[in-house]
Amino acid sequence: MDTFVQQLINGLTIGSIYALIALGYTLVYGILKLINFAHGDVYMVGAYMGFLIAVYVFGSQASIFNFVVVLLGAMAIAAIIGMAIERFAYRPVRKFSRMTTLITAMGMSLFLEYLFTFIFSGVPKTFPLLIQNDNYNLFGEVTISTTQILIFMIAIILMLGLEWIIHKTKIGKAMRATSHNLNSAKLMGINTDFVIAFTFALGSALAAAGGVLVAQYQPKIFPLMGLMAGLKAFVAAVLGGIGNVMGAVLGGLLIGMAETFVVGYGHYVGIPSTYRDAVAFAILILVLLIRPAGLLGSNVQEKV
Amino acid sequence: MLKLENVSVSYGAIEALTDINLHVEKGEVVTLIGANGAGKTTTLRTITGLLEPREGRVVYEGEDISAAPTHTLVPKGIAMSPEGRGVFANMTIQENLEMGAYTRKDKKEVAKDMRHAFELFPRLAERKTQKAGTMSGGEQQMLAIGRALMSEPRLLLLDEPSLGLAPILVHTIFESIENIRSEGTTILLVEQNANAALHHSDRAYVLETGRIVMEGDSKELAADPKVKEAYLGE
Repeated sequence: MDTFVQQLINGLTIGSIYALIALGYTLVYGILKLINFAHGDVYMVGAYMGFLIAVYVFGSQASIFNFVVVLLGAMAIAAIIGMAIERFAYRPVRKFSRMTTLITAMGMSLFLEYLFTFIFSGVPKTFPLLIQNDNYNLFGEVTISTTQILIFMIAIILMLGLEWIIHKTKIGKAMRATSHNLNSAKLMGINTDFVIAFTFALGSALAAAGGVLVAQYQPKIFPLMGLMAGLKAFVAAVLGGIGNVMGAVLGGLLIGMAETFVVGYGHYVGIPSTYRDAVAFAILILVLLIRPAGLLGSNVQEKV
Repeated sequence: MLKLENVSVSYGAIEALTDINLHVEKGEVVTLIGANGAGKTTTLRTITGLLEPREGRVVYEGEDISAAPTHTLVPKGIAMSPEGRGVFANMTIQENLEMGAYTRKDKKEVAKDMRHAFELFPRLAERKTQKAGTMSGGEQQMLAIGRALMSEPRLLLLDEPSLGLAPILVHTIFESIENIRSEGTTILLVEQNANAALHHSDRAYVLETGRIVMEGDSKELAADPKVKEAYLGE
């Protein structure tokens, strides 16, 4: 029982990170029907931006204030970078086929990965711990760390914030309208180019938050860190139903848990813990075979 | 009010409209009739900036809007109910109507216009909180027109409002078009249902394979033997 609850906590922690990244995939897909393959790399960029602020502005000093500034700073810079990627890489090719944009996204992913390898080298950097990490004993052998609590709290705040933006603000309504029907949205007087840029900014900021949070949990950051995390978050978005915001959160948490449980219990059924990275892809194949629309995805039928 | 001057439009190598000249004066209902693929929808898409003319220009109230982005036309007073309705399926009726008033800031007036839209289409009032995607085609059509009206347009573009509707609903839709016109809104109506369109409009243009082949008073065109044979099935 203790081990189970402990695995659950660990799974939800990493799952929250996947959920934050998955939201960006799903938001952009919802509006442009584009799988933004560079999104995982924006998560990496966010971690590096946080690292730069933490080290060069705050001299690696730990404090809540410093952590908040690092988090918000990384989110803001990533939002600008996300908008720049959209503006200069995707928008010029948007009028061509979807495949063109998809391949552009793959190119953008490689560009970011090797640009950051060039600047920072491939050697991992150690992200300074900004909030002192303590372990709290919950019951029996089960513990939860300050960092884990922090990740849950911030992930929840950001997701609620996103829900609020999407459902209660004018720009959020414009986002929903644009994702339902681009041309109709234009005919309502919505500047859809602005809505698309804003969507990239939101998604990128969430990914950057994931990057900073994961760096507090597993403090090694490196230019290819977005590769696996990005793919898993993509699977999470597909599992939940791509284009569906709640689905992305659910998918992220499920993938995080599935992975942790394979590490924790896999050896009982002959699955070594080294298979943890394979879990997400096994799930992807199953989803595509059994329920391609994802758990919460639906196909709205058009009436004639 | 609206003028198309020598407008040609192509999709890649295919020319969809050739040398279109048409005008709509304030207070008129003008209709554009023609068979499937004649270029009716393309004409409306060009006016609203969803397509850009290869040649010629679109002039609205003296201003060249040929290259104006679609979203800038709503504040200028142009609204369109697109072909196939284009309602926001996952949003409620009320939210759809709110989207129609997206560019407006006068909340009280918007609320008044929403009540007005419900008066015009009582069916919508009964289903305010229903998702638009779950409604019938006729109800979606009413919603698309109501939504377009929410921007207080001076020029309303209607693309095939009767398409796929039961005859009784076609009648309702054309009745509401008469109501909208009596309130002073200028209307450019694209229709396959030539009979109803000619009956409810002042002037008409006949499109054939991307060209205007006839134009004139709707009543006169309705009496024209060629129109009768080709479009009125007589």
